[in-house]
Amino acid sequence: MSKQKAREVFSKKILERAKKDSSIFVVCSDSMGSAMIEDFAKELPEQFVEMGIAEQNAVTVASGLASLGKKVFVIGPASFYSTRAAEQIKVDVAYSNNNVKIMGISGGISYGNLGATHHSVQDIAFMRAVTNLDVLIPADGNQMGALVDLLLENENPTYVRIGRGEVDDIYDKSEVFKIGGSKVLRKGNDIAIFTCGQLVSRALALSDLLEVRGYSASVVDIYSVKPIDQGTIIDIAKKCGAALTIEEHSVFGGLGGAIAEILVQEYPIPMYIAGIPDEEIPNGTDLEVFDVIGLNQNELLEKALILIEKRL
Amino acid sequence: MIRKLDHELEKSLIIKSANVRLETVKRIHKVGAGHTGGDMSAADILIALYTYMNVNPENINSKTRDYFILSKGHSAEIYYEVLAEFGFFEKKRLDSLGKLGSEFGGHPTKNIPGVEANTGSLGHGLGIGVGIALGLKRDKMKNQVFVLTGDGELAEGSNWEAAMAANKFELDNLTLIIDRNYLQISGKSENVMPLEPLDKKMESFGFKVLKINGHDYREIFEALNSSFDGKPKAIIAETIKGYGIRDGEGIASWHHMVPNKEQVIQMEIDMKRIVEEINNV
Ligand SMILES: [Mg+2]
Repeated sequence: MSKQKAREVFSKKILERAKKDSSIFVVCSDSMGSAMIEDFAKELPEQFVEMGIAEQNAVTVASGLASLGKKVFVIGPASFYSTRAAEQIKVDVAYSNNNVKIMGISGGISYGNLGATHHSVQDIAFMRAVTNLDVLIPADGNQMGALVDLLLENENPTYVRIGRGEVDDIYDKSEVFKIGGSKVLRKGNDIAIFTCGQLVSRALALSDLLEVRGYSASVVDIYSVKPIDQGTIIDIAKKCGAALTIEEHSVFGGLGGAIAEILVQEYPIPMYIAGIPDEEIPNGTDLEVFDVIGLNQNELLEKALILIEKRL
Repeated sequence: MIRKLDHELEKSLIIKSANVRLETVKRIHKVGAGHTGGDMSAADILIALYTYMNVNPENINSKTRDYFILSKGHSAEIYYEVLAEFGFFEKKRLDSLGKLGSEFGGHPTKNIPGVEANTGSLGHGLGIGVGIALGLKRDKMKNQVFVLTGDGELAEGSNWEAAMAANKFELDNLTLIIDRNYLQISGKSENVMPLEPLDKKMESFGFKVLKINGHDYREIFEALNSSFDGKPKAIIAETIKGYGIRDGEGIASWHHMVPNKEQVIQMEIDMKRIVEEINNV
């Protein structure tokens, strides 16, 4: 299995597309290095805008550019864009219906021991409550690459959250996605596991552990958190009778919240939301921290087995 | 688009201003809500701009039009009245103002013909203007971009981020006009959060600064016509909040005070006199 950094895939792909389309702009906020966008800046300086450490203004200026018909990608840390520039995303991008894609890199707790200032674990809760804003969370490099094409095909204001490190490929390069879609990666009957982003691989590993114990899990990658694939979610919930969500986001208002909103109104079943707990989290790498905040295989397995007991 | 102001045009704009301000105040009185004070201080700037700019009902989708962003979105009532006056839509449509489902809300949106940006939250307009001006420059276009902010609004840090960027990208196609009425909702701007020396602040951020009387069309046109290679322009337009409303001029609480019947009648008399005096000159 090969590994890729989603942000690197994005930067290569956007450069390739922008060479053929001069209306594609990339805006960054002293984030050229972390966004791995140096080649773009060097090769297409007329389509690149460096705004300095000023995320709010980066988003507003991007909206001005977009109002001229440009396809603008703002790229920088998810933590700063999703909180400091939240109003600009709400007003200048979403409410004003400008074709701006916010590429929040190093999302979740990717920044590890840089601490809570650099973590974005509230971003999905806010973004999915913003009217006229799509929210996408790719799980691997190949999905990121495919999403770039989708992002260029539609003019919807969008927030995309991507991670920092290398992640195992889940998908082939040829896999097809759509805004509002999901991917059923495993089809089972005993528990539905809804997940997204970097933790899709942990959800798949969990389903392997369940299989050893004689249970079959459905694993669904909800890469499009908004619009969300309600039909598939309800179908899988009906088939399995219990749902576990696994995400790199606060347990409040993220993917778990989105799934709960659907199921509690359409098909209530026992459910557990696994994510970043509402407490100060320890310093460490993201993978180390996952292991001590309940996102390790043993604890996830324990939760899954309890749900299977209670399933409808 | 008229770039040169002669005596006849000046006279007609003064008359237009008296009529537009009176119509706006009547409408606010009828609806029972509005940002009256800042509407009145911005009136002459808006009328001058829509006379000056290359934008009209026929070219609102043209790539060569000039752009205007009302950053002080709460001056919506006067903005709507001016847009209607310049033919962007029929005045009759403004009858829906204040009613459920009206396209004319308390802050402007792009649903309204001629409006370029959804504003209302302060401190966004200059950044939007910077984005448009930057994009036009990259496309080697000659259009101009105009942004009107209030003065109290300048306490928002986002304006200064945008100002830095205007300087970095040498946006000489961008004009910031500050409606400097020295007042904001809670009092004098210099007490709420001092801005002075505002001209020096703007200059130090890389702007060419012009300080004018924002109710004098000759000064407004002169300022609009001056250009400075490689530098954005800031026009500090000194104005009177509530301009033309006897009880309201220069009073902070008129930020969103609704004029009563007597005040509207008084304004009718006063505006009529302005028109008569101009016609007798
Ligand atoms: Mg003011």
